[in-house]
Amino acid sequence: MIGRKRRSAAQVEVPRRAFDLLCLSTAFVLAVNATHLPWWLTAALAVVLGSRWWQRRHYPGRVPQAIKLPLLTLLTLAIVAYYGNLFGRAPGTALGIGLLVLKLLETDTPRDVRVGMSFACFTLMTALLFDQSMVRTLVVALGLVPALATLRALQPAQAPTGMARGFVPALALLAAALPLALLAFVLVPRLSSPLWGAPGRDQARTGLSDRMSPGAFTELLTDDRPAMRVTFEGEPPPPDQRYFRAFVMGHYDGVSWSYADVANAPAVALEVEQASAYRIHLLPTHRRVLPTLDVPIEAPEGAAMRRDRVVIAARPVDDALSYSLRSATRYRLEPELAARHQRWLRLPAGFNPRTLALGQSWHQQHGGDDAAIARAALALFHDGGFRYTLAPAPLGRDAMDDFLFGTREGYCEHYASAFTVLMRAAGIPARVVTGYQGGYWNKLGNYLLVRNSDAHAWSEVWLAGRGWVRVDPTAAVRPERVSLGATAAAGDQLDWYRRDWLQQFRNRWDIVNRWWDQGVVAFDALRQRGLLTPFGIRDTDTGTLGLLLAIGSSLFVAIGLAWALRRRQPRDPLREALRALEHKLARRRIVRHAGEGPQHYLRRAARAMPTRRRQLTELMQQYLELRYASDEPAPESVHAFRRAVRDFRTTNVVK
Amino acid sequence: MRGLLQRLQRLAEERLPALTRYRRPEPLPITLHRRRIYIVPSGFGLGFSLLLLVMLVGALNYGNNAALLLTCLLGAAAAASMLVAFRNLDGLRLEHVQAGHAVAGEAIELVCTFHSGRLRDAVRLDLGDTSTAFALAGTDATRVSVHLPTRRRGWQPLPRLRLWTSWPLGLFRAWSWLHPEQSVLVWPRPEASGPPPRAMTEDARHMQLHRGEELAAVRDYRAGDPQRHIAWKPSARHDDLLVKDFEQPRSQPQWRLDWRQLGGLEHEARIARLARWLNEAQAQRCSYSLWLPGNDIGSGTGPRHYARCMDALAGLP
Repeated sequence: MIGRKRRSAAQVEVPRRAFDLLCLSTAFVLAVNATHLPWWLTAALAVVLGSRWWQRRHYPGRVPQAIKLPLLTLLTLAIVAYYGNLFGRAPGTALGIGLLVLKLLETDTPRDVRVGMSFACFTLMTALLFDQSMVRTLVVALGLVPALATLRALQPAQAPTGMARGFVPALALLAAALPLALLAFVLVPRLSSPLWGAPGRDQARTGLSDRMSPGAFTELLTDDRPAMRVTFEGEPPPPDQRYFRAFVMGHYDGVSWSYADVANAPAVALEVEQASAYRIHLLPTHRRVLPTLDVPIEAPEGAAMRRDRVVIAARPVDDALSYSLRSATRYRLEPELAARHQRWLRLPAGFNPRTLALGQSWHQQHGGDDAAIARAALALFHDGGFRYTLAPAPLGRDAMDDFLFGTREGYCEHYASAFTVLMRAAGIPARVVTGYQGGYWNKLGNYLLVRNSDAHAWSEVWLAGRGWVRVDPTAAVRPERVSLGATAAAGDQLDWYRRDWLQQFRNRWDIVNRWWDQGVVAFDALRQRGLLTPFGIRDTDTGTLGLLLAIGSSLFVAIGLAWALRRRQPRDPLREALRALEHKLARRRIVRHAGEGPQHYLRRAARAMPTRRRQLTELMQQYLELRYASDEPAPESVHAFRRAVRDFRTTNVVK
Repeated sequence: MRGLLQRLQRLAEERLPALTRYRRPEPLPITLHRRRIYIVPSGFGLGFSLLLLVMLVGALNYGNNAALLLTCLLGAAAAASMLVAFRNLDGLRLEHVQAGHAVAGEAIELVCTFHSGRLRDAVRLDLGDTSTAFALAGTDATRVSVHLPTRRRGWQPLPRLRLWTSWPLGLFRAWSWLHPEQSVLVWPRPEASGPPPRAMTEDARHMQLHRGEELAAVRDYRAGDPQRHIAWKPSARHDDLLVKDFEQPRSQPQWRLDWRQLGGLEHEARIARLARWLNEAQAQRCSYSLWLPGNDIGSGTGPRHYARCMDALAGLP
C-alpha cells in the first residue's frame, strides 16, 4: 500500500541543529538526574558530552571505536565499583544515563538521533523515581521540549527559524496535549499490586531513627523538607502542645538511646480526659513508625499499637501514607506502673559518674517528691548557664558528664538525654521520647506542616498518681523552641536562605506541595476507585475506567479533528465593505432581498434616497468595477471603496 | 514477498476501484482533503509507542504518579502530532504541472505549482524512487521541480505522485496520491550522426540585406558614429548626444527541412534525423522551416520556433 522504499539512511547527514538539540536534551537529563548520581559520574559524563559536541562542531567526523569501547567498559566498571551492582534502581539509572551520553558518540544518522531522543525521554522519567515533587516534575516535563524539538529538527525543508524559536512549537504541542494527558492520568487504571517486585529502596533513610544519640539529629534538624501534614477535626492544639510521638526509648547504653520493638504485647492502660481527632499525611520515611499526636487511643488500619503506645505500620512507609487517628491530649498513661518497671530505671554501669552522683544527691535532698526533683533538674538547665545550639562541641566517653559539667551546650537530644539520665539516677522511672514538635500552621489550607527540622526529643517521667508525664527540658533552656518552633530557636545559626521572609514564603508555598502530594502523588488505585463517588458510583472498576478513558479520548480526538479540519475562509474586504453599506441602508429600511444583485439593490436604494442618489450610484459603479472588471482588484481601489462606504451618511446633513 | 505485495496491490486496484479512487487520473487543480489523506504510524512511531508502553507499565508498577503523568504527557503529545501531520497536508492544492523539454531517454523536468493557505514545513513529493522535500510559504504559490524519466518520444501521461509528510515528529506518516490528468510531450531523440540536409546550398544561404531601417534603440554617442544617425530630438532632452542604434545586417542561411526528402528511411529514423537537423540548425542560428505530413511550419528562428518544430516532430504518429 505504501510502497516503502529503503533509501540508504546511512547516507543522510544529521542536521547540525538536531545534534545540538539532542546534546541539549542529554544535558538536561544529566542535570535533572544529578541529584542522585555520584558527582564524579555527573562531571565525567558532562565532560564527555561537552567534548563530543565540540568535536562534532569543529572536526566533523565519527568517533573511533578505540575511544567508544574503553569508555563503555569504564562506565560499567565505575558503576559496578560504586554501587556493587548493575541492576536495581540507582545503578540502573546511572547506567542508563551513561549509555545515553555514550550514544551521542555514535550518533551519525537521523536514526541514531531518534533512538537517542527516545532514550532521553526514558531517562528523564528515571529522575522522577527518586523525587516526585511538583517542581521536579515540572522541570522534567520541560525536558521534553528540547527532546521534541530534536525530532522536529530532523525533518527536512523547514522554514528557517532560530534555535529558541524552535522550542515554541514543541511547547505548544505539549500544552495542547496537556488536557488529554490529564484525562489519561486520571483514568488509566492503577495497579493495586505491582506486577513485579518494587525496586530496592536506597539505603539513605530520612526521618526519625529508632536510635538516638546526642548529636545524631543534626542532619535531620537542618533538613527542612516536609515530614508530614496534619489536619485536625476541630481546633488544632496550641503551639506548645503540638508534640508528635514516634519512638519511646527506654534502653540506654551510655552512648545512645534505643527503641526495642516488641510485638504481641498489649498496650498499656490509658485514661483519656480529652481527645483530639486528626488526620496525618505522612511523606515516605522508609521506616515503619507512624508519628501520632501525643498518645494514640487506637492504631489506624494496617498498623499495630505497641506496648508503650508506639504505632508501628505493617510495612515501611515507602509511599506517602495518610491515616486518621484519635489521640488523648489530656490523659493518664499507665497510672499503675507494671511490675517490670525496672527497665525505666536502668543505667549502664561505669558511665557518667558525676551525673549519677548529682541525681542521687537530689534524691536524698528531696526525698520522695519526684516532681520536685524534676523541677530541680529543669532549674539547673534554666539557670546553670546552658545554651541551645545546633552545633555543639563534641562529647567524650562520659557524654552526659561532659555535657552537664563541661560544654553546657546542645539541643533537644542533649537535654532530653541528660534529663532522663538524671531522673533515673534519682530513682524516678524516666524515658526519652522522639518525634516532632511544633510545625507551621497554614491558615489558607487549615493544616499543620511539620518539617524534618521539627524533629524533637523530650522526656517522660512516671509520677505516682499521674502516670507518665511529658517533660521537655529543652523548653527550660530555650522556650522559643517549643512555642515558636525549630527555626526561631535556631536563631542566627541558620544560613542566609532560611531567613524569615523566605521561610515564611516556603511555609505558605507548601500548600501547593501539599495539594500536589495528596492530589497527584498519592492518587492510587484506592482513590481511583472512589473517583465516581460524587456521581453515585461507589466502586469504579477497571472496565468503567477504560470506558471513560475511551469516551474522553474520543472527545479530545473530536476536538482535535475539528481543529485539524477547520479551514479558514479567505477574507474578502470588498464583500465586508458591501455588508457595511447594506447595514447602513438597512437602518433606513432599505433591506437587501435574498437573491437581489448588488446593482439592482443599490439602484433601488438610490431611488429610495434621492438626496444620496449620486453617491449611491457612484458606489455601485465602483463596486461593480472592483468586483467584475478584474480577477484581483487593486488593494488601493478596494481601500478607497471601503473609505467611501465608511464616509457614506444615510442621514441628512444640516446645511 | 515484495512481488506478492505488489500483486495484491494491483488486484486491490482492479477489484476495489471505490477504495482506490485516488489512483485514477483527475483534472487539475487537485485539492487535498480528509477523504484522500491517509495516515499510518512510521516505523519510528511504532518503536516510540513501544517505549511509551514500557514507561507506562514501569510507572504503574512502581506506583509513581509523577512518572505516569510524564508518560501521559508524552503520549498525548505524540497523538496530537498525528493531527499536525494531517493538517500539514489538508487543504494543499496542486494548481498545475508545467513540463520542461526533454528528449526521449532523458529526465523531463516537471514544475508542480502548489498553493497553500498557510505555512507548511517538510512536505515531500515522491516520483518513482526520488523524493523532494520542500516547505510552503503562507501565501505565494510554491514551485517544486521533479524529474520524470522518459523512454520514448510522444505524449507521456504523468505518473502518480505521492505527496507525504512526517511532520512534526516523524512518528506518523501522512500521504496522499496525486494523479493529474495531464500528459507531457517528450521530444524525439536525435540520431547520433548522419548526413547534412541536402537543401543546405549556397542559394539558400542568401544574404539578408537587412539595411536596418527599423529603429531599435538609442544609445550614447561614440566617436565615429555617422552624423545622420544622431537622434536630435531625444538628445535635446538629455545632456549627451544620443545615437539611433540600428539592427545590424546579418547573414542568415535558410534551411528547408522536409519529411519527403527522407524517403528511404524508416519512420523513427526519419524523425531522429530531422531532430538532429533541427538541433544543428538551432545551434548555427540559421533560419529553418519544417515540412511534416499534415504540418507545414514556416521559416523562423529562435527557441520558440525550435520548440514548435520539435513538438510537431514528437507529436507524429
